[in-house]
Amino acid sequence: MPLIKGGSFVADPFVLIADEAPLPDVGGAIVSLTRFRKDRDTLMARNAPIGVRLKSDESPEQLGDDVHRLSVVVIEFPAFRDGRGFSWARMLRTRLNFTGEVRATGAFLYDQIAYLVRTGFDAFEVPDGFPLAEFNRALAEMSAVYQPSADGKKTIRDLRSGK
Amino acid sequence: MYRYDEFDAKFVAERVAQFRGQVQRRLSGELNEDQFKPLRLMNGLYLQLHAYMLRIAVPYGTLSARQLRMLAHIARKYDRGYGHFTTRQNIQFNWPKLVDVPDILADLASVEMHAIQTSGNCIRNVTADHFAGAAADEIEDPRPIAEIIRQWSSLHPEFVFLPRKFKIAVSGSAHDRAALKFHDMAVEIVKNAIGEVGYRVLVGGGMGRTPYIGYVVGEFVAKQDILAFLESVMRVYNQSGRRDNIYKARIKILANALGPEEMKNQVMREFTEIRARGTLQVPDEELARIDAYFAPPEFEELPDDMPAGDKDFQNWIKTNVHKHRAPGYAIATISLKPIGGVPGDASDAQMDALADLMDTFAITEIRVSHEQNLVLPHVRKRDLPAIFARLSELGLATPNAGLITDIIACPGLDYCDLANARSIPIAQDIAKRFADLDRQHDIGELKIKISGCINACGHHHAGHIGILGVDKKGVEYYQLQLGGSGAEDASIGDIMGPGFGEHEIGPAVERVVKAYLMLRQDGERFLDTYRRVGMEPFKNMAYLDQLYAAH
Repeated sequence: MPLIKGGSFVADPFVLIADEAPLPDVGGAIVSLTRFRKDRDTLMARNAPIGVRLKSDESPEQLGDDVHRLSVVVIEFPAFRDGRGFSWARMLRTRLNFTGEVRATGAFLYDQIAYLVRTGFDAFEVPDGFPLAEFNRALAEMSAVYQPSADGKKTIRDLRSGK
Repeated sequence: MYRYDEFDAKFVAERVAQFRGQVQRRLSGELNEDQFKPLRLMNGLYLQLHAYMLRIAVPYGTLSARQLRMLAHIARKYDRGYGHFTTRQNIQFNWPKLVDVPDILADLASVEMHAIQTSGNCIRNVTADHFAGAAADEIEDPRPIAEIIRQWSSLHPEFVFLPRKFKIAVSGSAHDRAALKFHDMAVEIVKNAIGEVGYRVLVGGGMGRTPYIGYVVGEFVAKQDILAFLESVMRVYNQSGRRDNIYKARIKILANALGPEEMKNQVMREFTEIRARGTLQVPDEELARIDAYFAPPEFEELPDDMPAGDKDFQNWIKTNVHKHRAPGYAIATISLKPIGGVPGDASDAQMDALADLMDTFAITEIRVSHEQNLVLPHVRKRDLPAIFARLSELGLATPNAGLITDIIACPGLDYCDLANARSIPIAQDIAKRFADLDRQHDIGELKIKISGCINACGHHHAGHIGILGVDKKGVEYYQLQLGGSGAEDASIGDIMGPGFGEHEIGPAVERVVKAYLMLRQDGERFLDTYRRVGMEPFKNMAYLDQLYAAH
């Protein structure tokens, strides 16, 4: 699946490993939370970047301190209506101070891209053929925001008071 | 009242442009209805039984004359010459064409209005006491904090896809005119023991198929902390609210499952963290800046006497004019409940004429009440006779505010896609039965609220007499509920028993009222009598005819 990060398409350095599949010898691997718990020590010993893919009902707090050993946390959107991921991303950034990649995958809509970026996502798995221009357009439609979030963007109140 | 600055104006203009693009993509076929649906809903556009319906936000129910004229213009140009004021202080237009909606939104933006978040699973338009800034019993005008909440909640990136819709109400009086305890979240302005003003926050109220009365989650939240506190509640809800069943997704279900103590613990955990970050604190300068927009008009020194007038005028004064904080001034309710009319409807001509009336009498704002009436908040008492005369000409002087014919009704099966039964004809029938004004005065305060389905948009759970339309094998039936209240003594009405047919419900209501008149003691309202004697005598009377018929 194409991956957008830093404003352009990038090669995905990670491979998603199914729960039953063997871990590859080398390279970044993304596993489920279940698999991560089961094979935590093996994964840590692999000496390769680790990612965990969270279902929408799995809070990143369940990762405990291990979150800081991860390179990427993938958050699933099983349906666009399921907005828990927005809170999970923000929690990763502002409570857990996670500085790695927070990646959105699943059924999010064009019109949610700006909200994803605001709440702390910085990587996006998009459908095949999704135009980059559209991604960028989604971010440009609303130039100012009323409330602080995880992106550190100046709010309208900041702008009013000349900050 | 609040005025957009350059930032607010740009925000709304960009939103209109964005939606124009979305409509174009829909009309060209690039988006299908499934993909378009969440986008249009976020902009207040529903697809109803017969047509699109556009719901326009009236933040905390406050409109200027200029805005009211624009609503008249929209009714005339894009609709069928009328609009419908709702129980959430909004206005709905029932017949717009999709292709026109971006132009309607642009027209609205030109008078600092929008339809953002009037639908969808997000924080909806914030409502407030319709007597705000004018009521004699008010601690502070609730609209500044409502405006601060409106801005904070506008396209909040974390809370636009909540488990379900989320409604916030604000009030600044001990007397609750905003139905606080039936809201997902409510902010009540209170004074603490040492005289500081802050906020009491309630969560978990709601109607629908599982009604609950909200409970207190924050006893006294400091002014600067209010957004941090509200955001904490939202985050608890977004993480833990149920998403497996649409009927159990409102925060009332979570609030009831957690209970007050656990809810407080979870909220406080978020609150401590958010407050420590400091980014959501509302600085005093910002509070003062917003407060200034809502400064009351300069009240003249006027005699406090009520002007004399004929019996019609006296009748109107009796129910539709209320005590104002300033001597020589009054609050006037404009009833949108003419006997036999559609509750909450106003024509383009009426809206234009009201705007003219506001200009004539230097009334700078008008309110929409959750009881589907309009309110002139600051009226010189000496102007009341002339205002009454003009309202009479416009068919807007029905002297029934708070009386039995001042009925709340949802649009029901005449318009709504969700309804099981019609509401409007039932309201019209009941109003006609009680049209006699002396009889209405004898009955006194009695709030009838009618919903055409279990979603309870007509607030039937909170009616002194509540009526719920249900569908039984393709036939409309109406259940009676007694003893509900949306005021500070909030309660959920009790269901009486089997429903009544569409031709039986009116007579049944008459018998219930007759029972009250027989049972009441000195000074008791219907609600007081019901609370004293309970359901049984009312039930016996209501089903009387059926009992005879059965034997």
